[in-house]
Amino acid sequence: MARTPVEFRLNGAEKAVFVEGGANLLDVLRRGLGDMTPKYGCGQGTCGTCTVLVDGRPQLACLTLAETVAGREVRTVAGLPDGAELHPLQDAFMENFAAQCGYCTPGMLMAAAALLERRPDPSREEVVEAISGNICRCTGYEPIIAAILDAAQRRRRRAS
Amino acid sequence: MSSQTRVELRKDLFADERDDNLNEIGRPTARQDILGHVTGRSPFFDDHQFDGLLHMRCVRSPHHHARIRRIDIAAAERMPGVRRIILGRDVPHNLNTLLSLIDFGRDDEPLLATGKVSYVGEAVAAVIAETERQARDAVAAVRVDWEVLPHVLDPEEALAPGAPIVNETWPRNVFEYHDKYTHQKLRFGDVERAFARPDVEIVEGRYQMSPIEQAPTETCGAIAAPETNGRYVCHTSTQALFFSLGTTAKLLDMPSSRLHFIGGTVGGGFGGKVDSLHEPLAVLGAILTGAPVKYIWDRAEEMQVGAPRGAERWYLKDAVTRDGRIVARRFRGYFDCGAYTRLSSYAVQKATGHLPGPYTIENVSSDVYCVFTNRTPATAMRGFGITGVDFAIECHMDKVAERVGLDPIELRILNAYRDGDMKAHRRLAKNTALIECCQVAAEKAGWPIRPEFAAMSSLTGGGGDRAAIPETVTDEEGRVDGTPAARPAPRPAAPAPAPAPATASTSARPAAPATRPAAPPATPPAAPPVAPPVSAPAPAAAPAERPQERPAQKPYQPQEPFTRGVKKPGAHRFSSLSGTRRR
Repeated sequence: MARTPVEFRLNGAEKAVFVEGGANLLDVLRRGLGDMTPKYGCGQGTCGTCTVLVDGRPQLACLTLAETVAGREVRTVAGLPDGAELHPLQDAFMENFAAQCGYCTPGMLMAAAALLERRPDPSREEVVEAISGNICRCTGYEPIIAAILDAAQRRRRRAS
Repeated sequence: MSSQTRVELRKDLFADERDDNLNEIGRPTARQDILGHVTGRSPFFDDHQFDGLLHMRCVRSPHHHARIRRIDIAAAERMPGVRRIILGRDVPHNLNTLLSLIDFGRDDEPLLATGKVSYVGEAVAAVIAETERQARDAVAAVRVDWEVLPHVLDPEEALAPGAPIVNETWPRNVFEYHDKYTHQKLRFGDVERAFARPDVEIVEGRYQMSPIEQAPTETCGAIAAPETNGRYVCHTSTQALFFSLGTTAKLLDMPSSRLHFIGGTVGGGFGGKVDSLHEPLAVLGAILTGAPVKYIWDRAEEMQVGAPRGAERWYLKDAVTRDGRIVARRFRGYFDCGAYTRLSSYAVQKATGHLPGPYTIENVSSDVYCVFTNRTPATAMRGFGITGVDFAIECHMDKVAERVGLDPIELRILNAYRDGDMKAHRRLAKNTALIECCQVAAEKAGWPIRPEFAAMSSLTGGGGDRAAIPETVTDEEGRVDGTPAARPAPRPAAPAPAPAPATASTSARPAAPATRPAAPPATPPAAPPVAPPVSAPAPAAAPAERPQERPAQKPYQPQEPFTRGVKKPGAHRFSSLSGTRRR
């Protein structure tokens, strides 16, 4: 099978990997580059668990051909903290009990991060819309929505 | 009603340990593992990396019920990347039931089916290849010659005369408790006499609940790898680590001391991760290839093959006086446990112990069956055993309320159990709070109830006559009207997956019966030949399978079948169950 060299930035660092034709971004991130933060949930684009940011936009890694991220910027939960300091979303998720089993959390965080970068002061409806592609099976959506709204506030406070 | 109904919190248990300042609800509480969750570092089983990781996928039945005439793996074995194809005969002890770990029930389920399959998705072979895609391709290249058999998907049809036998270990299509009883029976008072009273209305209902898939976001799976000391490490998504460990030790006929199980981080379970199907196959794969092996369900398998909360069907019949007092309640219930027992036998017991719900009813009768059908085996899920019958009971309460023209909440308060009442299972009720729950719910919902109901309390009015155990009618023979006559199919002396059992599992070890009895064979199994003859893969039966099946690979036999611990006489066979060794 054809193997293609692909170069892209992962959480700010240059990466160069060979990928097999048809390989998806999720496998390349996890098995190829060892970034285990994105998770496999369905492999068919229905659960949002594998959500990562490609050039700032949320994308389902399980349905993204790895070759298509060449030259682009990919962000995962591993790149959310600023050094030792957690992202406001991470703090807010911790304090609002927005993660029970924790499996959908990376995808939720990335979907929310994309929202906050686009809309620093989102309405509740916008938050709901932003995570509408992410399935949570145990925490419940209410604490997650509360955490994202809380994070927006923290982020604005931190910025000011 | 006062604006603040309070549920008094009584405590006769843990009185010294519990403080009364209960105010956790509605307040977020930090989990101890939350930092790992929000940083993506929580170690789910699939987050462990191994060099040279191999991938396992299973060949599955497309039929509800079919005999396996032949499995042809020749083409699949030659496909690129394929390291090994595991069949039922490679599993050292290919018959198990989950609750055998507590000596309950008969072994009735193979890890990989050999003679026949009994539900859609049942695994008959496991392919191990270098990549997942290669494993998928090879799975598609395995040819199975099926002989489709008649199937049954409804529990009551399964109990009817002439229904197909789903699982030969249970020839009547019901789980038999203590090898004798076809169902769980509860008798309290005399319901028939109450039904005949002139002053009662009879309210009947039929309720059923579909199977429900737990659908965890993390699909079930395990990674097993050889360690440096003859042990095998297994990272698993299991909810029941020691259950999975004991099950693996039994199926693979190896001491649990050679298994190093690591779990604890579960990406959603809800009961669906106790069945221990992945760990034994992953460990067997690691044994046979000498390499790390991952066996994970994809989403389609999780939904189709993953054991759901089982379907239930309930028939209720109440006798209720005109003023709303329920004086008799009869249940007939059917748990659809699918093709294998798993945990459904226990669910039936749990349901029976729960009847007639949180109400004080002086006459109660119940018959509940654990029925085998050609559906996906059912297992645990959040309150299983209770949820379905509670749904039936509460729907029925509404129906009764409508019939007698009472407010549904008042009807519940009127019939609620109170402290000191006798329950149908002959224990006194204590710490009851249904009345208060109803009052609070009515208040929160803005649902008006009459003052006398708002003033009632679980603390008063119970006991006395209500603490008495009524004289209970018993029927001769332990059978009651309306229950299906069991077909005259006595339990076979040695229940076995009949259609083609002898190909199963234990080819070179005739001492091991198809069902491992509670008391193991007096003699330890004969040591197997060091190298079984290559050309004689398995003895006896299912001759149709023979000619074609001459694989290059030898069936797996453990080099030294394990005898200590596992086969020790007595009920508890597993040293991995803590505390059993010192009994």
